Amino acid sequence: MSAPRWSELREGVGPEPLVLGPLTRTDFVQYQGASGDLNPVHHDEPFARAAGYPAVLGVGMFQAGALAAWAAAWLGPENVRRVRVRWKEPVWPGDVLTLRASIARAYEESGERRVDVQLACTRQTGATAVEGSATFVVPA
Amino acid sequence: MIDQSALGREGRPFELDVERGKVREFARAVRATHPAFFDGERPISPPTFLTTMFFWEKDVDGANPWAALGMDQRRGMHAEQEYVFHGPPPRAGTRLTARSRITEIYEKQGRRGGTLTFCVMVTEFRDADGKLVAEAKLTGVETAQPPEPAGEKP
Repeated sequence: MSAPRWSELREGVGPEPLVLGPLTRTDFVQYQGASGDLNPVHHDEPFARAAGYPAVLGVGMFQAGALAAWAAAWLGPENVRRVRVRWKEPVWPGDVLTLRASIARAYEESGERRVDVQLACTRQTGATAVEGSATFVVPA
Repeated sequence: MIDQSALGREGRPFELDVERGKVREFARAVRATHPAFFDGERPISPPTFLTTMFFWEKDVDGANPWAALGMDQRRGMHAEQEYVFHGPPPRAGTRLTARSRITEIYEKQGRRGGTLTFCVMVTEFRDADGKLVAEAKLTGVETAQPPEPAGEKP
């Protein structure tokens, strides 16, 4: 997969959305092992219910990390300069997530070509679970 | 109640080795498929890889100044996260020295009433030459009431 060229990176342009899921508890556990966040609310069902949740809660950094890595795969993993994510709604086992990215702005700064990208992860209900933005350099 | 005196509190430095196996494991866990995250001796780390700092700071007493805020865990959540890279993200084989600091504490009125207290911790990651490679900015929020879950506990 090669990164798109500068001339193609107009406002609103983005890759085909990626659909992830249905998410399983195993996805959460795999992410927790990889990341080191071992909060039991994400894998221990009795613990999560005692805390008032209907099931184990998705790991926010899992969907945020999937969104950021997928956008980086589009514009080149070595070109990422900034990623910001904000959580809007939780994710649950069985959810099907859709990841979206599009160019918000293409510009030159300090002699470099850059793009700001808008990121979103939505649930099967249409609600946004994560919104974010990222900045990439675009090599000549 | 957030302890305002935590503002400016700095943790002790700790090391984060960007290891090949960990990079590949993390990339797989976030469902990445781009070969740059997996191939060769020095695969590049995914954009949120530096979250693995929470593994290694546990080896150093006083590395994490967040506890000084005294945030109520039942009302506290991870609201926002940002990573800034001053060049390409680090590749496997890089040893980073990380240091965290509480940089902001501020309040906002919640939409459903009550005061929200936001706390920001910035972690700087430097390479062996002391060059700033990346920064992680964690924003946590403490709500007035136990919230509907919107994020995760920081």
